[in-house]
Amino acid sequence: MDLEFSPKEQEFRQEVRSWLAANVPATPLPSMDTEEGFRLHQEWEKKLFDARWAVVSWPKAYGGREAGLTEWLIFEEEYYRAGAPGRVSQNGIFLFAPTVFEFGSKEQQDRYLPKMASGEEIWVQGWSEPEAGSDLANVRSRADRDDERGGWVLNGQKIWSSRGTYGHRLFGLFRTDPESKRHHGLTYFMVDLASAGVTVRPIPQLDGEPGFAEVFLDDVFVPDADVLGGPGEGWKIMIATTGSERGLNLRSPGRFLAPADRLLELYKERGNGDQVLRDAAVQAWMDAEAYRLFTFGTVTKLLDGGQIGADSSINKVFWSQMDVELHATALKLLGGYGELDEGSPDAVDGARWLDGFLFALGGPIYAGTNEIQRNTIAERILGLPRAK
Amino acid sequence: MRLAFTEDQQLFRETVRDFLDANCTTEQLRAAWAADSAVSARWGELAKIGVTGLVVPEEQDGLGLTDEELSAVLESAGYAALPEPLLESAVAAGLLAEFAPDAGWLERIAAGDAVASVLLPGQPFAIEAAAADVLVIGTEDGEIHVVNPADCTLTAQRSVDRSRKLSAVAFTPAPETLVASGPAAAAALARAADRGALGAAALLLGLTRRMLDMAVEYAKQRVQRGVLIGTHQSVQHHLANVLIKLEFARPVVMRAAYSLARDLPSAARDVSMAKIYAGEAADLAARNALQVHGAIGYTEEHDLQLFMKRAWALGAAWGDAGHHRARVAADLLGDAPAPLTPAF
Ligand SMILES: Cc1cc2nc3c(=O)[nH]c(=O)nc-3n(C[C@H](O)[C@H](O)[C@H](O)COP(=O)(O)OP(=O)(O)OC[C@H]3O[C@@H](n4cnc5c(N)ncnc54)[C@H](O)[C@@H]3O)c2cc1C
Repeated sequence: MDLEFSPKEQEFRQEVRSWLAANVPATPLPSMDTEEGFRLHQEWEKKLFDARWAVVSWPKAYGGREAGLTEWLIFEEEYYRAGAPGRVSQNGIFLFAPTVFEFGSKEQQDRYLPKMASGEEIWVQGWSEPEAGSDLANVRSRADRDDERGGWVLNGQKIWSSRGTYGHRLFGLFRTDPESKRHHGLTYFMVDLASAGVTVRPIPQLDGEPGFAEVFLDDVFVPDADVLGGPGEGWKIMIATTGSERGLNLRSPGRFLAPADRLLELYKERGNGDQVLRDAAVQAWMDAEAYRLFTFGTVTKLLDGGQIGADSSINKVFWSQMDVELHATALKLLGGYGELDEGSPDAVDGARWLDGFLFALGGPIYAGTNEIQRNTIAERILGLPRAK
Repeated sequence: MRLAFTEDQQLFRETVRDFLDANCTTEQLRAAWAADSAVSARWGELAKIGVTGLVVPEEQDGLGLTDEELSAVLESAGYAALPEPLLESAVAAGLLAEFAPDAGWLERIAAGDAVASVLLPGQPFAIEAAAADVLVIGTEDGEIHVVNPADCTLTAQRSVDRSRKLSAVAFTPAPETLVASGPAAAAALARAADRGALGAAALLLGLTRRMLDMAVEYAKQRVQRGVLIGTHQSVQHHLANVLIKLEFARPVVMRAAYSLARDLPSAARDVSMAKIYAGEAADLAARNALQVHGAIGYTEEHDLQLFMKRAWALGAAWGDAGHHRARVAADLLGDAPAPLTPAF
């Protein structure tokens, strides 16, 4: 074991830290789920990109630094410690990009990745449909062949697409073989949301802001150039994307270490010696630390040539529960101030704990609900017989 | 950055695991329950593969290894619920190496000729004191004594885990038994307590895995209403929850071993975290494995109890969750001094 960071990695940390110290906006940006906030977050992404901090682990040709996994972890720790803005481009750069690198053609990579990295084009995830939630294989939206125009005509409806309200492009699954059932006959499409026939209906989330949207597709033409992999290969490719979502990429330890440290500060300021809240605050901090160590183990495994696989389900249940507990504890510490929303004159820290709590509550639901993750753990890791 | 055991460490762990699979069966555990002492010929066999002398310095014929290897091996010992006082002997050996390296005990421990046990301040009972050849005792006022158990008054107790041969120890400190006092002794006792807590955490990881494996096997073959009980989500989720606890406890225990082996400033806090996480994993494993087994798990005849009872005992030994939570909290919040010699 070696839990030290190398001199080169420590230098990298210093470099990230000083850039962030000089560049992170002094006052938090407005929520990315508002029109103005979305634009400001895009501008922030551009700033990151110009300094080559937007996608540190990507190849240099696409604006990255070819940083290793350990450096990526360091970057993330520093990013959240500095209180830098949330990543409006995250579903593109963290979830979709690994799939584009693995399955996309060179032409597709050249066309999508630079604008994804610079924040110019925000990508939106289009898996769920009204009848396809946990049961994603029940996708009904379809794509019919249009040989004349060299592409496909899409019809159907996607729902709960995060950042769909203001986003630019959607990646998702559509049924290209009308005779097919379940996970067969599905194809992976990339859809320009400005295309004719696309209607986006914003859906206000628990916090009242339109963080996700419903996307209706009415005879939307998509050229062959915007199909990822071959027709019928959609399911296999989708599995790769959702693996990144649950695995390492979406929730780096840095995202929890920073609020866990702030929670201890909050306890010191407002805990009044309450033993129950003291235990809860310390538990949240320990969980964030345990998550960091668990991730070190995962990174070590990957560096040794291993793979994540179904283990990502273990990861997902842990971080999503931890996030809820951490924020619930903060709200209890705030007592009567906990319910104050943004805009209240007496809200503590701009009501960020409440905002974080409402955000955290989605964690056990998205990226595959925690019940589905437990099914996966039981059947794929523990080898229990499949539920009937 | 690298959080994984080395190949040598893994090999050591697996060698011990294989040895115990064959030589520490549940029938043998039941024999240890019935006997006056749980120490058997296995102790000498363990010595041959280096286990009893794992932390004994090389000058005294040991392997001179660290808390990293010790915790790797103890995980295998926990999986088998090894009844011999391997952890207690290692804690004693650490103190002997520091304060009585020339007394001859270390060579004998490494050779498997002697069994050592330990009683630290605040610890109510010593394990295998009657069978031990030497007892290392830390007193409330911070002295360390090396004692012949025959010179002590031992009051035998009955643990819920009958293979834990506990006794209360009364002894009269004498100048001949005293090997250390003052700040060096206090620091060594604190470190010994940390080694004990880390070792207990490693044992608990192994126990958790064992109880989980037993419950998974049972769920794969028990049929009710014509279906395997393992197809029910409520059963599946009980077991998935145990695996999640286990997988998150393991890196915490590994980090504690790393810190303690290097005497890092965070070592005490890291060890406390390890004991908390491994203790919770084992607690949940015991409860959920029992639930999945139904009534058969509630019997003395079924082997599950051998592992559950060890887990309960170890959860409280070497500092319970409350004690270790208080240590972490004091360290993080800085509003109470961390006790140097912890009370168990
Ligand atoms: C904040 C947020 C953001 C999201 N962003 C996106 C996005 O960007 N793109 C996208 O495509 N989707 C997105 N989703 C949707 C998300 O993927 C789905 O909500 C999720 O897959 C669950 O589907 P569902 O909501 O239809 O619930 P259902 O599948 O109807 O489940 C309802 C309840 O039943 C349980 N359940 C269902 N099936 C089983 C089973 N087999 N075993 C045990 N329990 C079961 C579930 O665990 C859950 O508790 C988002 C959701 C949220 C909350």
